[in-house]
Amino acid sequence: MSRATAAGLLRGGAFAAIGIAFPFVVHAAWIVNIGVLALMYAALATAWNLFSGYTGYISLGQAAFFGLGAYTLAIAFEHFGVGSGYKPFWALPLVGAGVALASLPIAWIALRTRHMTFAIVTLTLLFVVQQLAFNLRSLTHGSSGLMLPTPSFGIDNYDRPFYLAMLALLLVALGLCWLVLRSKLGLMLLAIREDEEKARGLGIRVTGAKLVAWWLSIAVTAMVGGVWAYYLTFIYPEPAVDPLVMIGAVLMTFLGGRGTLWGPTIGALVLVPAQQYLLTRWGASQWYLVGYAAVFMIVLLVLPRGILPSLRDGLVRLRERRRTRRRGVMRREAAA
Amino acid sequence: MSALLEVEGLTKRFGGVTAVDACSFSVPEGSVTALVGPNGSGKTTAFNLITGYARPDAGAIRFAGTPVRRPDPIRLARRGLTRTFQQARIFADLTLVQNVVAALQQPWHAALRRAVKRLERARALELLEEFGLARLAHERAGSLSYGQKKLLEFATVLMAEPRLVLLDEPTAGVNPVLVEQIEQRVRDLNARGLTFLVVEHNMNLVMRLCDPVVVLDHGTKLAEGRPDEVRSDPRVLDAYLGG
Repeated sequence: MSRATAAGLLRGGAFAAIGIAFPFVVHAAWIVNIGVLALMYAALATAWNLFSGYTGYISLGQAAFFGLGAYTLAIAFEHFGVGSGYKPFWALPLVGAGVALASLPIAWIALRTRHMTFAIVTLTLLFVVQQLAFNLRSLTHGSSGLMLPTPSFGIDNYDRPFYLAMLALLLVALGLCWLVLRSKLGLMLLAIREDEEKARGLGIRVTGAKLVAWWLSIAVTAMVGGVWAYYLTFIYPEPAVDPLVMIGAVLMTFLGGRGTLWGPTIGALVLVPAQQYLLTRWGASQWYLVGYAAVFMIVLLVLPRGILPSLRDGLVRLRERRRTRRRGVMRREAAA
Repeated sequence: MSALLEVEGLTKRFGGVTAVDACSFSVPEGSVTALVGPNGSGKTTAFNLITGYARPDAGAIRFAGTPVRRPDPIRLARRGLTRTFQQARIFADLTLVQNVVAALQQPWHAALRRAVKRLERARALELLEEFGLARLAHERAGSLSYGQKKLLEFATVLMAEPRLVLLDEPTAGVNPVLVEQIEQRVRDLNARGLTFLVVEHNMNLVMRLCDPVVVLDHGTKLAEGRPDEVRSDPRVLDAYLGG
């Protein structure tokens, strides 16, 4: 094992340990609730990054698959019965894999476009899914929404299982990103981001690589949607397919650093608590949306590449400066 | 010598303009063939048609004896026909080594292997060394000078061991020392059996390096033959100097 690999595993292990310990140390339900949301957004942002961050294709349709995941689990509850307590969590991989598989033909068509057009095409998916949720009444009960059975978790630590499920999904997303970034697939995706035409000229199978990344990204997104539905026990079209969910995830990725491993997580862990604070202070007046927009502006102005890349650049610059200073001192000493 | 690439009746129209007009020529195996002609004579368009970056309106292309029915850059590259671009195209945010290794054509089952394996790194470094870029191997490719980018692009397309390389103006905007280096590389690789098709405006270089020479004008072939034949062909002189 190389040193970089060991350091990466250590970082991931430490993050997982702190993450798992958190709800056992902190019992206040409102804090664990913010934790659930922060981890949910971290997982969504990391999943978004896995496709859009590495390929450069900005997908604005993430929320559609979040909603599809939520509805799929809710419908599974109603029609098949997936048990209670922890059992529904075990249905999630199937939900994720299924939704992602079903999305592949759509992705294949959408991926024939690029840049702005791709963003717009994926954005329309969101409205398509929302309209379906409203109108396929026999499945979704339209705007009156779907009830899920109330989970049978103790009232004291009701949020904890959901917190742990979201954490598990975040770790899965991070693990996937890590594996992809180190692999040939990752190299292909980065080549596509840099210059897709050139990549084609080198014989890189660009469509296949993009579809694999898309599949992984959507599978995680749909699973997160499933946990969210079970957590709320009641879903209806507007919040299930909510553009704000997607804007949040994208914003967090940009804040933390697009195309980096930890950037989206850092972005989510900073923004979600801040958002919750703003929401409780000014929630009724929707002023928190203005706060959101302000964060976006500040990111674009001050940290156009996001927190992590900016930090890394800063560190490199600092080290160089120190090195040149040291060299200067040595030269002066030699002269003396 | 048998032909590695044969082009027959290749035609491409952009609206009212016929950029390539019933153009036919062939690239003998083991040759360094030049494709020359005044600006706007259709050389780059012909390149785009041959490599699948544009769809021809008519014509047939044969590569290594088999017809290429629907030219597609990915499939052609995997069959051993690859190209460079007039404006060097590289992956700016990747290191030089990553750039070169990304050009290795992978089967799907290798997709989850390590991005740069030890042997691949060694081969990439060897190749970069040949092009005088080894000391920059771990720099971002975007930080290279224009001429160095051209060298890197050239090195990159060689990684997959192609049979035919199309070079689009390999020495345009490059200083004389690098021109010499590029010429030497083409000679060495050609001696090892690699075939080239070169679009080039530097006539001295073409006359030294290439045989045969194909001359295009207004999208059609004007002349094809040994460099000295072509040079003294009155039609060629007319296309370049007069009318």
